[in-house]
Amino acid sequence: MKQRQATDHKTDYWTGFNGGDWQESIDVRDFIQENLTQYDGDEGFLAGPTTATTSLNDTLMALKQQERAAGGVLAADNNIPATLTSHGPGYIEKDLERIVGLQTDQPLKRAFMPYGGLRMAEDALEAYGYPADSTMRQIFTEWRKTHNQGVFDAYTPDMKKARHYKIITGLPDAYGRGRIIPDLPRIALYGIDHLIEAKIQDHGNVGNGEMTDAVLKLREQIAEQIRALKGMKVMAASYGHDIAHPAKTAQEAVQWVYFGYLAAVKTQNGAAMSVGRIDAFLDIYIQRDLEQGLLTEIQAQELIDQFVMKLRMVRFIRTPDYNDLFSGDPIWATLAMAGMGMDGRHHVSKTSFRVLKTLENMGAAPEPNITLLWDKRLPDAFKQYAAKVSIDNSTIQYENDNLMRYQWGTDYYGIACCVSAQPIADGVQFFGARANMAKTVLYAINGGLDELSKVQVGPPVEPIRSEYIDYAEFMAKFDRQLDWVADVYVNALNVIHYMHDKYDYEAEELALKDSKLNYTFATGISGLSHAADSISAIKYGHVKVIRDENGIAVDFQADQDYPRYGNNDERVDNIAKMLVKKLYDKMNTHHLYHHAKLSTSVLTITSNVVYGKNTGTTPNGRQAGKPFSPGANPAYGAEQNGALASLLSTAKIPYKYATDGISNTFGVTPQTLGNTAADQQTTLVNMVDGYMENKGMHLNINVFNRDTLTAAQAHPENYPNLTVRVSGYCVYFADLTKEQQDDVLARTYFETM
Amino acid sequence: MKIFEQKQVGTEQIPLGYVHSIETFGSVDGPGIRYVLFLQGCQMRCQFCHNPDTWQQGVGTEVTAEQILTDAVQYQAFWGQQGGLTVSGGEALLQIDFLIDLFKKAKTRGIRTCLDTCGQPFTRQQPWFSRFEELMRYTDISLVDIKQINSRKHKQLTGRHNENIFAMLAYMLAHNKHIWIRHVLVPQRTDFDVDLIRLGQYIKTLAPIVDKVEVLPYHTMGVTKYTELGLDYPLGAIRPPTPTRIKNAEKLLNCAAYTNYQAYPGYLEA
Repeated sequence: MKQRQATDHKTDYWTGFNGGDWQESIDVRDFIQENLTQYDGDEGFLAGPTTATTSLNDTLMALKQQERAAGGVLAADNNIPATLTSHGPGYIEKDLERIVGLQTDQPLKRAFMPYGGLRMAEDALEAYGYPADSTMRQIFTEWRKTHNQGVFDAYTPDMKKARHYKIITGLPDAYGRGRIIPDLPRIALYGIDHLIEAKIQDHGNVGNGEMTDAVLKLREQIAEQIRALKGMKVMAASYGHDIAHPAKTAQEAVQWVYFGYLAAVKTQNGAAMSVGRIDAFLDIYIQRDLEQGLLTEIQAQELIDQFVMKLRMVRFIRTPDYNDLFSGDPIWATLAMAGMGMDGRHHVSKTSFRVLKTLENMGAAPEPNITLLWDKRLPDAFKQYAAKVSIDNSTIQYENDNLMRYQWGTDYYGIACCVSAQPIADGVQFFGARANMAKTVLYAINGGLDELSKVQVGPPVEPIRSEYIDYAEFMAKFDRQLDWVADVYVNALNVIHYMHDKYDYEAEELALKDSKLNYTFATGISGLSHAADSISAIKYGHVKVIRDENGIAVDFQADQDYPRYGNNDERVDNIAKMLVKKLYDKMNTHHLYHHAKLSTSVLTITSNVVYGKNTGTTPNGRQAGKPFSPGANPAYGAEQNGALASLLSTAKIPYKYATDGISNTFGVTPQTLGNTAADQQTTLVNMVDGYMENKGMHLNINVFNRDTLTAAQAHPENYPNLTVRVSGYCVYFADLTKEQQDDVLARTYFETM
Repeated sequence: MKIFEQKQVGTEQIPLGYVHSIETFGSVDGPGIRYVLFLQGCQMRCQFCHNPDTWQQGVGTEVTAEQILTDAVQYQAFWGQQGGLTVSGGEALLQIDFLIDLFKKAKTRGIRTCLDTCGQPFTRQQPWFSRFEELMRYTDISLVDIKQINSRKHKQLTGRHNENIFAMLAYMLAHNKHIWIRHVLVPQRTDFDVDLIRLGQYIKTLAPIVDKVEVLPYHTMGVTKYTELGLDYPLGAIRPPTPTRIKNAEKLLNCAAYTNYQAYPGYLEA
């Protein structure tokens, strides 16, 4: 259906587009709805890389090699606090670059970002042999307060203790919280000047003149956003581009979108810096140029290749502690693609294919974190192509579009980090780490005494003293400890987000969203499988406690077999469900910063190794210090009925409570998927279809043999591009710590004989 | 192994199955993704068997057809256009009464059925033969392992003759029961050109019902099971076949010629 043509003072820029509400107010979704070109065909049309792309990519690969050889960091600033304009333009090789812009003035050089916390920024520098700068120290201790300082001014002793003894881990109290998805296409569609005008209007419309805290806060934030928008223009101008106006061509559209992303990663070292969802949007611009003969397919692919190449180059400097949690320099430049529209049309375009093609054109890489929003109704050719890419290089994650579209009420959402849906126009998430559920089980048994440090951390409740654990007694005590965890966890996050807004506000990202936002308050759970199996052991397995000389439970012995999570067995799967709901309900009794809506996740990323390291032996037989299973995965070795039984167990975790995502990392050998490439693809497609139909939320798919990993561990030089999907992101196997590599090796790789 | 609640068998005569294990994600045991039930018990003693723990008869987890189907249907969403239920073993036909009950009930629920067998229990003697005929009515497709075409070598390799296996295949051909043929390639046991050529010629005579022919390269992953069971490993130091020999076997068996499986309709013809 051909709509009325777009007419406006921006006619020049919008010629050829169908008009609509998007012309009246800022509404990227409406623009996509009106102008989407669906593609049902196969990958046959795709083009290979241009010589320019290949040459740039070769240079980049060489730089990455040098970076690895230099111990992980190629270059780093220590005395220029990063801003939009702190650095002049940087290039890989200017003449070959179709899409330009680097975080600093040189490829892979890491910027100095002290606003989240000076200590962390300095420690990171020193860990890689760069000296901390005394002037910077003076500025960011004496003259300018950081987020980290603010948080520690307000933390209670209980919060510090919970953090120190790792019942709560990974709190964003010393670095950027991240997880904000800017609506990047706004720059391309409207131009910065129009966005500034709209923000000025919003600024005038805040409150009715009564200066309440909320009104003051929003007025100040919008003013900062306007300043940020102006800064973006200056930043782009340094590369010779004027982004005051909308994009005229596909090349400009890609470039403008990238400038928006660049603004975010120049100013925030957030834990996850998502790109959002740009495939259908950019496709409209590419399609317009193709139709007018201004662009060839080769050139279109070149734009996407080079855009993706830039996403692969984003770097933050992190401390070794952080790297133990999240290895391999992940930044979660998550790129959500495909999905269905609310009107029942799928959003697969040729550009969805073009993005997948980058993996072939430039080799596999962990970033961007390619996330397919899956629905059974997506075109078959696209599903098959995605499966092929997964089998070739294990770089894709699959998420249930149906679940998320329904939960979040929009088809214009992106994925922040790994599995966290976020409406792009008007949604924001306050990111919030994870609570250690398996450790809470031990606190219940030991009366709040930490099993490793022997320090009283949780509430001093009478421990379990009997030889065998009584289920009812255990549950009552568990409840008490979990109450405490919920309380200290949520309130620590209240402190963090208050201070983050105050000292490290993400003006550059929020400038590209609506001024009035809906907030979610994200929390997380680690060790779910071990907690569920432990409680199942207590309930069904007749568990005997073995105590040390201090009376602390250090080992357990189950006299009988008991159901384990991961076998599609209601008895224990219901325990896992109960745990998620219980923690959610307890947290929900508390005040949540900014009146945000509570969400939780079952996601650990690679931190399952560190959480496990800090947790004693659990009643399910997991030995002290051993890694947890990642995300919502069953404990290693618990699965006895094959992959689908395991998948159905994780599919039962209710998304309604865990709206921040439920991660399943799935490993399978190629032979198990089928004997031929065609069979393997079809099996994978059917598997993902089946999982999603059963309300499974997320699947990381790894297709390889354990032998490959063993060889890659011994000879990393032979496998520089071997990528592995870990809970929620993708990483070069060679960049994982030895412990994490061992953990990946210990995982279940479903195979049939 | 999933823990099934034990059924109180009353006056009703419900045939029980003896199960070794269940694989919910079988993608190489029949068309599409399949729920594979491995039944306990086999009378062959194939030297290359990688599941010697399935040999013993009369042990295993007791189940009813209803229990299995209730469990299996949970996985229906994964089955796509071709998948369904496969019964393997051990030797599935040794529990033919249970199989009939299972497949009959599966068909009433619209589940596609696949029998994985080596045909060893097959006989034209009654009452077994009519039981088999009934089973075939509820079987959409069968996977038939031919261990060795040469009868003498078959006896050496498996402890049993192969004549009744050919009789079963003749029955299937006569009644248009579609099959996949599978052949395990074992160096020094089955990997002889003379046998492979003969086998290829034999398969050609079955062409109308053969949807697919697969060469399964022998592997040594079963060795640990023999150690656990305290058994000597009969193939000693024999290594898996080389890619060249696998290709050779595929050529001699004309594997590429049998492509009907790609268009497998999934269902038994009415």
